[in-house]
Amino acid sequence: MASTPAAPAVAPSLVDTLFQRSLNDLIKSLRADASAAGEAAAVARALSEIHREIRAPDAATKSVALQKLTYLSSLHFAPVASHPLAFPAIELLASPHLPHKRLAYLAASLSLHPASLSLLPLATHQLHKDLSPSPSPSAGAAHQRHVSALALQLLASPAAAAAPDLPVHLAHDLVPHLARGSPRAIAAAARVIAASPSAAVPVLFKPLAACLASPDPRASTAAAAAFCDLSAPPADATPFLPLAPDLYNLLTTSRSNWALIKVLKVFARLAPLEPRLAARIVDPVCQLLTRSGAMSLTFECIRTVLTALPAHDAAVRLAIGKAKEFIAADDDPNLRYLGLLAVGMLGPAYASTVHDCQDAIAKSLGDADTNIRQEALHLIMGMVNENNVMDIAGMLIGHVAKSDPEFANDILGAVLAACGHNVYEMVVDFDWYVSLLADMARTLHCAQGDEIGRQLVDVGLRVQDTRPELVRSARTLLIDPALLGNHFLFPVLSAAAWVSGEYVDLTKDPVELVEALLQPRTGLLPISVRAVYIHAVFKVITWCFSVYVGRLGDSGMAMDVTFDRSAADQTVSLDSNVALGSGEEQGIGASTVRKDPFSHESILYMIDLIQTTVGPLINCNEVEVQDRAHNLIGFVHLVREIQELNKTKVADGDKPSRLEELVKTMRTVFCQELGPVSVNAQMKVALPDGLILNENLVELAGMVSEDDSTPSTSIFFYPCSRHSVDTRDEPAVSIGSSSLSEHRKRHGLFYLQTGKTEDEPNDYPQANDSLPSSSNNSVNDDKLKTAELVFGRKKSTATKSRPKVVKLDTEDFLSSMMPSANVPKEDPLSGALRDVLLGSDAKALSSQRTSDINLEGMLNKTSSNESSTPRIENLGSHPASHSSRTSKQQNHDKEKGANPAESDGKEQRKHRSSGRSGHRQGKHKHREKSSTQPDTVPQAPVIQDFLL
Amino acid sequence: MIQVVMVISTQVKPRLLKFYSFQVPNPLLSSIQAPPSPLSFFNTQQVLGQFPHPDQPLAPEKHQDLVRSVFQLLSARPNSVSSFVKVDSVFGPGTKMVYKHLATLYFVFIFDSSENELAMLDLLQVFVETLDRCFKNVCELDDVCNFNKLHTILDEMILGGQVIETSSEQIVKSVEEIERLEKQSSTTSFIPKSITERFTRKLSLISLTPNI
Repeated sequence: MASTPAAPAVAPSLVDTLFQRSLNDLIKSLRADASAAGEAAAVARALSEIHREIRAPDAATKSVALQKLTYLSSLHFAPVASHPLAFPAIELLASPHLPHKRLAYLAASLSLHPASLSLLPLATHQLHKDLSPSPSPSAGAAHQRHVSALALQLLASPAAAAAPDLPVHLAHDLVPHLARGSPRAIAAAARVIAASPSAAVPVLFKPLAACLASPDPRASTAAAAAFCDLSAPPADATPFLPLAPDLYNLLTTSRSNWALIKVLKVFARLAPLEPRLAARIVDPVCQLLTRSGAMSLTFECIRTVLTALPAHDAAVRLAIGKAKEFIAADDDPNLRYLGLLAVGMLGPAYASTVHDCQDAIAKSLGDADTNIRQEALHLIMGMVNENNVMDIAGMLIGHVAKSDPEFANDILGAVLAACGHNVYEMVVDFDWYVSLLADMARTLHCAQGDEIGRQLVDVGLRVQDTRPELVRSARTLLIDPALLGNHFLFPVLSAAAWVSGEYVDLTKDPVELVEALLQPRTGLLPISVRAVYIHAVFKVITWCFSVYVGRLGDSGMAMDVTFDRSAADQTVSLDSNVALGSGEEQGIGASTVRKDPFSHESILYMIDLIQTTVGPLINCNEVEVQDRAHNLIGFVHLVREIQELNKTKVADGDKPSRLEELVKTMRTVFCQELGPVSVNAQMKVALPDGLILNENLVELAGMVSEDDSTPSTSIFFYPCSRHSVDTRDEPAVSIGSSSLSEHRKRHGLFYLQTGKTEDEPNDYPQANDSLPSSSNNSVNDDKLKTAELVFGRKKSTATKSRPKVVKLDTEDFLSSMMPSANVPKEDPLSGALRDVLLGSDAKALSSQRTSDINLEGMLNKTSSNESSTPRIENLGSHPASHSSRTSKQQNHDKEKGANPAESDGKEQRKHRSSGRSGHRQGKHKHREKSSTQPDTVPQAPVIQDFLL
Repeated sequence: MIQVVMVISTQVKPRLLKFYSFQVPNPLLSSIQAPPSPLSFFNTQQVLGQFPHPDQPLAPEKHQDLVRSVFQLLSARPNSVSSFVKVDSVFGPGTKMVYKHLATLYFVFIFDSSENELAMLDLLQVFVETLDRCFKNVCELDDVCNFNKLHTILDEMILGGQVIETSSEQIVKSVEEIERLEKQSSTTSFIPKSITERFTRKLSLISLTPNI
């Protein structure tokens, strides 16, 4: 700005003032150089020019400068901070010269800069003058009318709304204009009321309301629009209820579509507030709907009926019929879009009607218009229920291939979200779902790897029955070398590798799996995924060894086992899998190896493969990979070493048992099941009366510090097991918290269940630390959630339990437990806790994110309530808990020792009763439960409301 | 109400921008709502509490960002698709955009839930028609060079976000009336300072003579 030769400080030369550039000159100069830099320079020069001109005493010069400045700030976003428009504008407002006045008004209404806004109140008097009906004698009526129109324009502008007090002082001046029914004044009055309701409502509301009944259609239309605007959602429509008669009158008599649209909108807002209103307006609305030729009015009628008159069946059917006509409008994408929007407004009660248009909606998925596609997808996702989820998801996945990448991922995201919603409540057939997930991962544009991977692992953890299929799907993902090149799929592959490793006992061909996990292209994987792959190999090989060793023991064979190619293959071929495409490693032995994965050759082949491919990774500079490679190679070496010994000293009968011991030990490391834990598990512990946490904490400081390491392990574990995705953390889990895993084994992966409160505060007060207010909230949330769950419950393998079931179970549990659980020992505290418990059971259970497992726990009466307690012990009192899964036995002993005597007996009971076998039984029970659910929940139909 | 009227060229240059009480989406502000009161409408004090906070106008610096984000939305859309776009993310909840792409210009209205989509589309048509009538086959250059007139036309149609006139003929008539008034007012004392200004003025006077 200061770069121009004519600096503002210099007095304007004669030439400058004589030949002032007009706005058009300015525009031309701006267009002369279209480049950004050129334009910026031109704007800067013009601004400095304006800066000088605007201070000219001459009104003409000033007005042209103002015009240029307005133009620049409006369309070129010139920095007006240094050039507040307001002052010269306000000066010129008073000009008798109409063009100047117009420029000034335009400038004032466009300027939104804080500096100019603060000056705007200076214009109050001028506005008042321009609004008042005493025209200067020189000007005619037309002139006067125009001037007041300008003033109204400014008054209705956002600038005036933001300027303090301006509308307040001028509200009275609007009244005569309102009385004449001027549409401008009505519109301005609406803005003034919206800007400062406290001052404007007493003055303007009644005159405005009177306009509704005005015989002038322009006035009534404008008034309807004004009230429509004022009753818009953030505001409450209740104060407008008394206007209903006038509005109704307008609805039945007005011939203006604009007025009718606005009236309908107001009624749509009023109808929910006044039940009788709906019955009154339904007939006129239906008449309009059938009669009107204007699409805009028809659409507004449809919207009004569907949103505000859902109880009037005939009207709704009529509206749906019209909406279908909209959808069928092949030549007009606007109507198709709005038709879909309208169908989307339909309440769940008419879900069947939506299904009628399913074909049309499905067709819209292929529309060229993204709006229409999105809306169709939204509608289709709204239709999904447990019965049609397979069809719809299949159809959608079919569309993915035909769609552009963005929409393809929208579809994938929508399917994932719908199926994964509320712990897969819609999915009945998890085998199908797992293969769907795998199919989704393989679609062309898939960028949803994170969520697919998460769900693969999550389903694995939650739904035991589907694990065989899961492992099959994981195999197909892992053996495809092409997938390794797609970085979006890394999370999926990571999940597949984890699943294959974790549920390796379900795999058909471990050799193939090892080959897939070690194929050369795995070098493309990021470190974190690579680490998961290696760890999965570890699990697979451990399992193979254990089967192999077990088989040796069973057959009572001679123990001169050596890992040598000379050994014969004694076992029958179990499985003949198709050879996988990968692998230069597949030597001559590969095909024979394939016959029996647990034969000598197979084991040997796998060990060799591991040593050649993982061996080099010991020197990998990424610790995650290096760590796991070391583990794996170390294990293989150990096995070999034992066998070496065996080979040299065949007489030593000790060796096979050493091998057996080693393999079994390693196997136990991995044989614990991992399960999901509720996010809120810890939070659910209600604070018992009379327990002052802070004091306890102080007293327990010593004890806490003693256990320093334990909580950290547990906390680390906690979230990762909940999300169940982060497979990288899995080793830390398996090795890190043995007592946890032991506990998990016993209690069916069911953590911090309802009974959690019992000893928890005593054992580990920190856990309660954040409880006071938040727990209440969460409890309330849980209540809501519970309610939703009741309704949202479907029969499916997903195991959200409805509160009803939960209640029964927990009551059963409590009554059955009371006598057996050392009632006499109970102190007042646990009595109080029990009360809390009874109240919070339902919530706690319902929001558990566990699924099958969760239900198992619940159905398994004895286990459900207490399963949490041991976890607390783990958290609190076991320094050894982070050592290893294998130390669980000692650990458990320690547990007992460390616990207060009074809880000891109880603990043990609990532990026993909720063992792994109970787990399986629970599974079956759960199945039965599922089938009977429709009977137990009378509100079942309501469910739909929440789902759609 | 209509929140914004925009005319943007395909070169992302705004040709007309008019904001009617537009508020930046502010989650904090919108979450604070007056509790609904069941009281009668005649109790003024109660009515007062109902209305949302006075709008905080958007800083002009942000206008450019808005134009850009709107243009991004527009340019992503192929021809012959529906004219409506949800713009909740840019202009706050419930807002929609209706647009027309004509030659090198996008005509855009942004409106909230108080307006009917198809009615807005009609209004947009009225606006374009009116421009066409006023400029005799409107082209981008007309819009570039007639900043004030564009605003005059728009102001005859929309006031404070409310539609006040939907007849293109009526709007043209009003605009011509205003031009006549301006001319009356300026003939008395106005001496154009710029050569070009003078030139154009003469031309326009000639073109208007039949009307006078």
